[in-house]
Amino acid sequence: MNLKKILAYIVLIILAIISIGPFLWLLSTALKSPNENIFAYPPILIPQHFTFENFTGVWKQIPFMGYIINSFIVSGITVFLNLLLSALAAYPLARMRFKGKNMVFYAVLATIMVPFQVIMIPIYLMVLKLNLVDSASDFAGFAGLILPFAVNAFGIFLMRQAFLGIPKELEEAAIIDGCNTYDIWLKIFMPLVKPALATLAIFTFVGAWSEFLWPSIVLTRREMYTLPVGINDLQGVFSANWRYISAGAIIATIPILVFFLGLQRYFIEGTTQGAVKE
Amino acid sequence: MYKYSKQFTPYLFLAPAAVILVLFFFVPFLESFLLSFQSYRNDIYNPQWVGLENYINLFHAPVFWKTLANTFIYLIGVVPLLVVLSLVIAILVNQKLRGIKIFRVMIYIPVIVSIVVAGIAWKWIYADSGILNYMLEKLFDISKIGWLTDPRFALYSVMAVTIWKGLGYYMVIYLAALTSVPKDLYEASDIDGANVLQKHLAVTVPHLMPTITLVSVISSISAMKVFVEIYVMTQGGPLNASKTIVYYIYQRAFENLDMGYASAAGVVLLVIVMIMSIINVKFFEQNKQPIA
Repeated sequence: MNLKKILAYIVLIILAIISIGPFLWLLSTALKSPNENIFAYPPILIPQHFTFENFTGVWKQIPFMGYIINSFIVSGITVFLNLLLSALAAYPLARMRFKGKNMVFYAVLATIMVPFQVIMIPIYLMVLKLNLVDSASDFAGFAGLILPFAVNAFGIFLMRQAFLGIPKELEEAAIIDGCNTYDIWLKIFMPLVKPALATLAIFTFVGAWSEFLWPSIVLTRREMYTLPVGINDLQGVFSANWRYISAGAIIATIPILVFFLGLQRYFIEGTTQGAVKE
Repeated sequence: MYKYSKQFTPYLFLAPAAVILVLFFFVPFLESFLLSFQSYRNDIYNPQWVGLENYINLFHAPVFWKTLANTFIYLIGVVPLLVVLSLVIAILVNQKLRGIKIFRVMIYIPVIVSIVVAGIAWKWIYADSGILNYMLEKLFDISKIGWLTDPRFALYSVMAVTIWKGLGYYMVIYLAALTSVPKDLYEASDIDGANVLQKHLAVTVPHLMPTITLVSVISSISAMKVFVEIYVMTQGGPLNASKTIVYYIYQRAFENLDMGYASAAGVVLLVIVMIMSIINVKFFEQNKQPIA
């Protein structure tokens, strides 16, 4: 029994090293001063001459604060719209009977089958047609970044599932009290689905925060760059300066890492709700 | 469900989401077929109808077949490993061990960190004079390998990163499903004298079949649309060795502005993805065992 446990720990430790090793190596490189050989053998994990020079250096040259603010604006509004639109659309799908309900349901389901990558070209042309591009204005640029991701099937189904779980006695009581449908949705249902809203918020935030393909297609002005687009640029700016590239990559990781470690309980438990989509 | 809801109320609730889905899904979806019959080559503001020309050119382009082959190699290499390894890891971290939560969190970290950062981190590990080559050279006397610069290795090096980044994600999906496996079934197989492997093959795997289906569908579809890892680490190179279909579409559409041709490639990808999800679901439904 004990041997089994030791074996389990050995495998777990190897897995942990594989998982976070690449980031530790990046951090180690970022903390090494220019007079320390980053190609030394044996590789030195703990820098011998600690320095934050690389961090301050890269911070001065790259407008990280701007990228982070852009990412916050985009992710924040994306989360808000997803919660609102999913909760609105899911409500009649879960609690009302109406003509075309099945059709709506299957139409939403169909969107899961078609990956964004397959239709990104016409989406891009649509965004151009609506003039939602950063060359028009900052506002239009943000709108073009956000609107294609303002709602998706995952969110609608997640909220529908949550609404389905609410006993109808509550609804009936509210109707007798004279609440209209909108009030029932806002005052009775919304407070009861907070856990589902939290799950949706967290996953939408992480998704929007790390989105790379779409912003790299639509953004033309550097001031509008979100964090992932900005970090990818590091490679071009500092071609072979791995100390600076590493430092930049580490800086870019801090916000999402703090977010994750603070809410990690929801990540590991939250996917439970996401996994049982049907 | 109640007569109190007025006739239009349901549609008002649906309207905002419907506007977004119509504008940014349904219209583009239909348009992608129309675009594939047009050419943007002569004038990107006035596309011309060219019938099947884009498809004919596409099927005659060796690069297209190369990217398609690469995408399937990606799929075949990545999906089975993700489906199996994540399950093994989930079973491993599902044990009651001291500090197990910390391990779960650490294994999940690659999922949360931006793929751009992960790509940069791995590019540094794979570098010609990077840590991986140093270790292999000193420990096993293997001479330097161009992990991302040698056409023989580039695709597989990127695949390794996709697997590394996906394990934690699927682990969590499996973990959720594992809680529903009745414990007495394990006790029963303990009494039968089954070893660990037999126990999981007899109890865990049949019980988790729906989840295994889900994981294989999700991971196959995401393998078909792999892009960012490649963009960050190899740009599809060297010599198209690591170029996949989505990367090809991206390049033709947004670098060469050949929207019609790229849309034709997109339609081909769409057909493949749809066929795959149907096969995947059918295949696993047949093998699904009734859950006691």
